[in-house]
Amino acid sequence: MIKYNRFILKNGLRVLVHEDPSTPMAVMNILYDVGARDEDEDQTGFAHLFEHLMFGGSVNIPQYDKPLQLVGGENNAFTSNDITNYYITLPAVNIETAFWLESDRMLSLAFSEKSLEVQRNVVCEEFKQRYLNQPYGDVWLKLRPLAYKKHPYRWATIGKELSHIENAKIEDVKDFFKKHYNPQSAILVVAGNVETEEIKRLAEHWFEPIPKGVEYKRNLPVEPEQLEERREIIHSDVPTNSIYMAFHMPARTEKGYYIADLISDLLSQGSSSRLYRRLLKEQEIFSEIHAYITGSIDAGLFIIEGKPLPNVSIETAEAAIWDELEKMKSEFVLDYELEKVKNKVESTMVFSEMSILNKAMNLSYFELLGNAQEVNTEVERYLAVSVEDIRNMSTEIFKKDNSSTLIYLAQDHA
Amino acid sequence: MLNRINPPAFHPIESVNIISPESLKLSNGSNLFMFNAGEQELVRIQWVFENAAFKANAPIINSALSAMLLEGTSKYTSAQIAEKVDFYGAYLFPEYNYDQTTLNLVTLTKYLDKLLPFVLEVLNDAIFPQQELDTYKRNSKQSLKISLEKNDYLARRQFNNLLFGDSNYGYIQKESDFDELNRDDLKALFKQQIVPANCTIFVSGKISNETLNYISNTINNGWVGSTEAPTFARPVFEAVLAQKVVIEREKAVQSAIRIGQLSIPRAHPDFPALQVLNTTLGGYFGSRLMMNIREDKGYTYGIGSGLGSLKHAAFFTISSEVGTAVCADTLKEIEFEINRLRTEKISEEELTLVKNYLLGSMLGSLEDVFSHTDKFKQAYFSGLTLDYFDYYTQQVKEITPKGLLDLATEYLDFSTMVQVVVGKI
Repeated sequence: MIKYNRFILKNGLRVLVHEDPSTPMAVMNILYDVGARDEDEDQTGFAHLFEHLMFGGSVNIPQYDKPLQLVGGENNAFTSNDITNYYITLPAVNIETAFWLESDRMLSLAFSEKSLEVQRNVVCEEFKQRYLNQPYGDVWLKLRPLAYKKHPYRWATIGKELSHIENAKIEDVKDFFKKHYNPQSAILVVAGNVETEEIKRLAEHWFEPIPKGVEYKRNLPVEPEQLEERREIIHSDVPTNSIYMAFHMPARTEKGYYIADLISDLLSQGSSSRLYRRLLKEQEIFSEIHAYITGSIDAGLFIIEGKPLPNVSIETAEAAIWDELEKMKSEFVLDYELEKVKNKVESTMVFSEMSILNKAMNLSYFELLGNAQEVNTEVERYLAVSVEDIRNMSTEIFKKDNSSTLIYLAQDHA
Repeated sequence: MLNRINPPAFHPIESVNIISPESLKLSNGSNLFMFNAGEQELVRIQWVFENAAFKANAPIINSALSAMLLEGTSKYTSAQIAEKVDFYGAYLFPEYNYDQTTLNLVTLTKYLDKLLPFVLEVLNDAIFPQQELDTYKRNSKQSLKISLEKNDYLARRQFNNLLFGDSNYGYIQKESDFDELNRDDLKALFKQQIVPANCTIFVSGKISNETLNYISNTINNGWVGSTEAPTFARPVFEAVLAQKVVIEREKAVQSAIRIGQLSIPRAHPDFPALQVLNTTLGGYFGSRLMMNIREDKGYTYGIGSGLGSLKHAAFFTISSEVGTAVCADTLKEIEFEINRLRTEKISEEELTLVKNYLLGSMLGSLEDVFSHTDKFKQAYFSGLTLDYFDYYTQQVKEITPKGLLDLATEYLDFSTMVQVVVGKI
C-alpha cells in the first residue's frame, strides 16, 4: 500500500508526495507524457534523442549534472514508446536542489548546438552498441514493423534508422520542447524522507511560475485488426537459429491486459512455467524460451521467443510452441496453476515496495494511466482473472492470423 | 523574485549509519548474521559458501555446482522444487562468483515455514541427476556460443586471462569443458563445499524474535553435513608485463576496449582514497573519461572505470564500446586522462564534487535492509568490520589534491597496463 497526497498547481502540473521517513534519501520523479509513439514517421528516435538533450543545460543553469552531484545526488532517465521519465535520487535534506534543476529545464532548455552535435553521436553509438553490434540486436527493428502497419509502435524507441538521428536540427528540438515539455503534460512525484507541506511550498515556488503551455492532443492512428499470418526470415551470421512470435493483445487499461499478462506468467514465469518445463526440460527442443508482454499503453504485443537446440529444426521448434498455445485454447489451466502465478504477482508487488524509486515511478505511471490510487488496487485486477478468462483470451490472441513470426537462420545452418 | 541562477543552499553528508547485525554461532558450525529493519513482511536468507578447490583441471565445476544446486534431491525432482518455490511466490536462486557460491531465498514471511525445510532438503541432499546435467551442458554450450559473438564478452575474458592466467579468475571457457563435467565430481564437490562449516548465513528483513528463533532452530536441527571446512586454493598473482592484444572482428561497427592492471584490495589502507581517484577518472557520469570521450567527443554511449576486489587479488579496469573509426583516438584520450591525474593537481572544486557525490551515493545505496546486509558482507568478507565504513567516510573527506596526485603516481600507470581491443582499430 503506497500512501500519497496529491495536488495540482495553477499551471496544471500534477504533484504527488509519498512520505517514507525510514530512509535518509528522497526521490524526484518527473514523467513527461511523450514517447516514441508521438514522433513523426520521418523523424523517429526523436523522443529519445531529446531525453539526452535534457542534460545539455537549461536556460539558467549551464550544467545539469554537476550541481546535483555536488549535493550527493544521482540521476538518470529512460524513454519508451509511451513515456519519457526522469529521476533524481539525493539526500532528502538537499531536495530543493532537485526542484531548482528540474523546474529550470521544464521552463526552457539552453538549446546548445554543441550539445545537439555531441548527443547525436552518442545516440548513434548507443544505436550501434545495442542494436547493430549484438547478435539478434536488430530484432525490434524488424519485429515492430512486421506486427504494426499503422500505429507508431511500428518503430523502436531508438528510431527506424541512424539517419533520422543524424539529421536532427536545433529547430526540431525547439519545436519538440514546445509541443511536449510543459507543466500540463508532466507528473511530478516526490518520495522519501519529506513532508507534504514543505514539498507543496517548494513546488509552488519553483514550478508554479512556469507558463502552462499549449495542451497536446494525441491523435494516433489505430492499428487495424490483423487478418493474415505474417512471417519474415532473416539469413544472418548469428550464432544459432532463433524464433520470435508476436501477437496483438489488449491495451494497458483493459481487463484483457491482466489476463494476457497472467498467460505470459503461466507460460514463462519461473522454472516451473509451462514453456520452460515442457519445451526446454522435457522435450529438449529449446536452450532458451521466454514469453512476455510489451506492456504498452495502447494495444501491445504478446511475445514468445526461443532458441532451438542445434539438432532441432526451426519447423519442429515452431510447431512445439503452437502445441502449447493450442493447449491454452482447448483446456482450462489448473486452478492450482493460476493461483501460483497470482501468488507471484502479489509477492512481487510487496518486494517492489522496498524501494522509494520504484514507488515514485509506479505512482507517476498510474497517475498517467488515469488514477494514482489504482496502484494500490492493481493486485485485485489480477486476482479477478478466472480460468475461463485465460482460455478465452488465449483463443482470442493465439491465432495464426494474429501472429507475426520472425526467424533468424544462422548462415551455416541455412 | 525567483532566483534561478544560483543553486539553493545544501547540506553536506556527515556520516553514514549501517545497521549492526545480531550474530549467532549455530551448533551445526555455521555463523548467522541477522539484520532487522523495514516495513514489508518479507525475509531474505542467504547461505554463502566459499568455493572449494577441486581438481586442478576442472575449472568450471564450481559454477556448474551452483547452477545445478536446485536440479533435484533424493526426495524431490527439479520440477517439484521449482513448483513449490513458484507456488509460494518466492524466489530461490543460486548465485556464483569467482570466490563464493550463494543460495538466496526471498519470501513473504508468512510462507517461510513452507519453504525453509524445503531449502534445507536441497542443502542436505542435492543429487545432480544425469538428465539435468545433460540439459545444463547442452544449454551452456549454446549460450557460450552466443556470448562468443559479443565483443564486450570477448574483451572481458581476454583481459581477465592476461591478468590472472588460467586460474579461476582468468580461465577461458571452452565448449569442450562442459563435456568433462560429471555427476561424481559434482557430488563430491557438493559434499565438501555445501556444508555448515563452510557457510555464513545472512538473514534480513522485518524479523521478529520468534522468526529468528524459528530460522536458527530449523537450520540447526535440519541441516547436517561435514563440520570440516574444505580446502581452498590460494593463488598468488604477480604483476604482468604491459601488453596490447587486438582481436580482429571483421564486421564490427564498434570495438570493445578493456584496459587495466592489478591493484589494491578493499582492506588496503589506501583503498578509499583510491576509490576517490577512480571515481574522478571514470566512476560516475561526470567523470573525466565520460566528459571527454562521451560528452565532448561523442565517441561512445558509455565509458567507465572500476576497482575490483577479489579474495586473492584486486584490479583496476577501464571499459567501453566505441565506434571503430574512433577507437585509436579513444585509446589516446584514455592515456591522456590517466597521465593528467599523475601530473596535474585536481582542483578543489572538482575534488569537492567527487567527494560529495561519493558520500551521497554511499547513503543512497543503503536504501533498504537488503542493501545494509550487502554493505556489511563487503566489509566482512574482506576481513573488516563495520568500522571500515567510518574509516572510508573519513578517508574520502580528508584526501587532498596532493594526496590524489601521489596515489595516481603509485597506482595508475598507463605504460604498464594491459590493453585489449576486440573489433577494429
